[in-house]
Amino acid sequence: MEILYIMIPLGLVLVAFGLWAFFWATGTGQFDDLDSPGWTVLEDDKAPPPDDASPKDESR
Amino acid sequence: MSAGERACFHCGEPIPRGLVIHARIAGRDEPVCCHGCKAVAEFISGAGLGDYYKYRDASSSRADEPPRPDRWSAYDRPELVERLTRAEPNGARSITVLLEGLRCAACSWLADKALSLQSGVLDVSVNPATARARLVWDPAKVRLGDLLRVLEHVGLRPHPLAGEPSEQLALLERRDALKRLAVAGFGSMQVMMFAVPLYFGEATGMDPTMREYMRLVSMLVSIPVALYSGWPFYRGAWMALRARSISMDVPVSLGILLAFTASVWNALAGHGEVYFDSVTMFVFFLGLGRYIEMIARHRAGSVADALARLAPMTARRVRDGVTEDVQAVELAMGDELVVRAGEVFAADGVVLEGDGRVDESMLTGESNAIAKPPGSRVHQGTHNLASPLRVQVTAVAGNTVLSGIVALLERAQAERPRLAKAADRAAAWFLGRILVGAAIVFAVWWFVDPARAFPATLAVLVVTCPCALSLATPTALAAATAALARRGVLVAHTDAIEALSKATHLLWDKTGTLTKGLVRVEDVRTCGDVTSQQALEWAASLEQLSEHPIARAFTVTGAPTVRASSAEVFAGRGLEGRIDGRRLRIGTRAFAGGLHAAPVPEVDTQAEQDAKSGESWVYLGDESGLLAAFRLTDPLRPEAGRCVARLAALGLPSEIASGDGAGAVARIAERCGIDRHAARLTPQGKLERLKGLQREGAVVVAVGDGINDAPLLRGADVAVAMGRGSALAQTSADLILVRDSLDELPHTVELARRTQRVIRQNLTWAVTYNLAALPLAALGFIPPWLAAIGMSLSSVVVVLNAMRLSRGAPARRRPGMTASPRAEAA
Repeated sequence: MEILYIMIPLGLVLVAFGLWAFFWATGTGQFDDLDSPGWTVLEDDKAPPPDDASPKDESR
Repeated sequence: MSAGERACFHCGEPIPRGLVIHARIAGRDEPVCCHGCKAVAEFISGAGLGDYYKYRDASSSRADEPPRPDRWSAYDRPELVERLTRAEPNGARSITVLLEGLRCAACSWLADKALSLQSGVLDVSVNPATARARLVWDPAKVRLGDLLRVLEHVGLRPHPLAGEPSEQLALLERRDALKRLAVAGFGSMQVMMFAVPLYFGEATGMDPTMREYMRLVSMLVSIPVALYSGWPFYRGAWMALRARSISMDVPVSLGILLAFTASVWNALAGHGEVYFDSVTMFVFFLGLGRYIEMIARHRAGSVADALARLAPMTARRVRDGVTEDVQAVELAMGDELVVRAGEVFAADGVVLEGDGRVDESMLTGESNAIAKPPGSRVHQGTHNLASPLRVQVTAVAGNTVLSGIVALLERAQAERPRLAKAADRAAAWFLGRILVGAAIVFAVWWFVDPARAFPATLAVLVVTCPCALSLATPTALAAATAALARRGVLVAHTDAIEALSKATHLLWDKTGTLTKGLVRVEDVRTCGDVTSQQALEWAASLEQLSEHPIARAFTVTGAPTVRASSAEVFAGRGLEGRIDGRRLRIGTRAFAGGLHAAPVPEVDTQAEQDAKSGESWVYLGDESGLLAAFRLTDPLRPEAGRCVARLAALGLPSEIASGDGAGAVARIAERCGIDRHAARLTPQGKLERLKGLQREGAVVVAVGDGINDAPLLRGADVAVAMGRGSALAQTSADLILVRDSLDELPHTVELARRTQRVIRQNLTWAVTYNLAALPLAALGFIPPWLAAIGMSLSSVVVVLNAMRLSRGAPARRRPGMTASPRAEAA
């Protein structure tokens, strides 16, 4: 079981790395919004917006 | 909803009978309920964003009125915008905008797409969790006013927020809490991993060096959890102690610190128990509960946001005969303002010129418009319904009536008096017992063996907070909070769960809570060859000349295509005008039919019956007699009656406390099956009614939506606010019904009771187990391996028991979410 004297510190290094990655992700705003990015894959970029998309042209 | 009724394509509300408005969507005519929804739906589909209707999982907000582009004209002026917004690199500007009506991820997708399509928009980030969007744009290419107009066109009314720093602070606070939670989560898992071999090592025998090693590693991992993740609790405890009070944070901090110190002591000494697994799990579950609570609070928004939604950021000032748009904060006493019809007052003032009608319902709850002749006072945040008014400013910024209310609420919110006290008393009692017990142990050991006094005292303190015992409450509360959030009920203060389980009475606001808060044309009945469409158009054309609140019901539903001429108002009876040479009257039956001798019978026999049932009717007539009858209602929420009945079955009798007139209140009370009701109550009156109930020993749940309910909500034992209600009401609420439906309320009460039951079960189990097992183990009756298994199982039982709370309330599946509320209403 002496291998544990190496394995556990190694495991802790991995945990530390995981935490560092998590801190980085939090700091760069990855967890600020967990809902809307999922929708972006659903949109297709084909149709360019028609000209009347701007409300300025509307005369309703 | 009866099968024959159709639902609006955009907002999903029932379309009034007889009304035909179609929106042209992708080549098809879709039925909508009003011209506001028509404009929004057509704009969305015209901009190539029709996919929104496929993806959304909650129906959209009713638009009420077509977008009003001129509302945002102040934001077109570059110099004003420059002062309101923040500078970004390369000459760009940024602002945070609160979006009213943002309900789901599809709405935020819609806002994002609609804005990204505009040229000059550099970056958009929409956060559906907080209903806020951050815009970065190039002022050289696009004006802020245009961006706000786009948002209004897609049905999300924007409220620019000046206080961006507070937004930024909230974001940083969330990130910080998430990091601390992550450390606790990772840490507790690691420590658990080391704890298992330690427990089983006790049973099967373990190499002492390895045991020592495991304990030291556990300690190493626990240090950041106890110090970094636990820091917010210590800070809270310190603040409470400095304020000479005891909050929940005090026993929590004491528990963490004592268990941790004792464990470190024992780990370094090499003998005695270590409780690192308990400490880290305790911090993690407690932190998880607090994190969910914080998200809910941020969503509810700060009081500053509430003010931003109510008071406009700009005003139109007249100086030396020149009218200019200025920032509301620039206004000074004595300034003259022009406030046009439909605008909101930016400051308190006195009417100089004009004869207006003002909707003060947000301050007083009075649903009728109030006449404001010259010399009368108007207040910031109230709505000018009718003609333009010239107003001299008498109070600005912190001195207005509105900001007085806001300040009051802010203070109340910071103090959070009611529930905290009950929880604190319990905590103080608990803490007192432990400290006395520990002191006795210390004293006894001091005489027996002074060297062992300190470890023994620590042991006692730690044993009173053992693993399962420490998990009993936080796990149950976290599971309940998360389960409620999935069902659209945000818990802003977890104490409310305990209070809700003990509630004995319900106090309802009427307008906007039991009803939808909007007067609408519910039904159109015509006679002769007039179509209902034609009748509505005529009615709208006439009513657009009126300032009566009822008039809005018509101008919203019917498009005033033609303009009525030579209109005349007959006070208390109605109006008369000419449309295409036809003399038309709208108003009471006698008045509308007055142009002709004999009213047409079929309309009014039917209508007469309905009149007895308490509906309000408006009639349209010309020289040939009555043409049409319109039924107007502030529709009762379809689920209200069912909700009241279910709550009554749970032992919670309902009572209405409304600011509205007695007749309207009695009618709604009858339809919901509520016996006790009080009308014409001021906010103060509502609070007194509440206090009266509380004096009789009742635990009162208050449900409200408006500013005039805020004091009531603040005083209640549990405050529930409607998701579409005013922001001010939400800031003083414990629970927020995000989906704006009452259906979840009975379920929330049930869940609160189940939560209390689970907490009690957990505590009973943990105490029993510890009381039974510890002495037996100490006397050597339980073999170590059995104690180890028992110890782990005890914690697992507690956690699993708490998890039942989240399993019992399955979240609705996405596609079902749009359909089911309507299906239930059938």
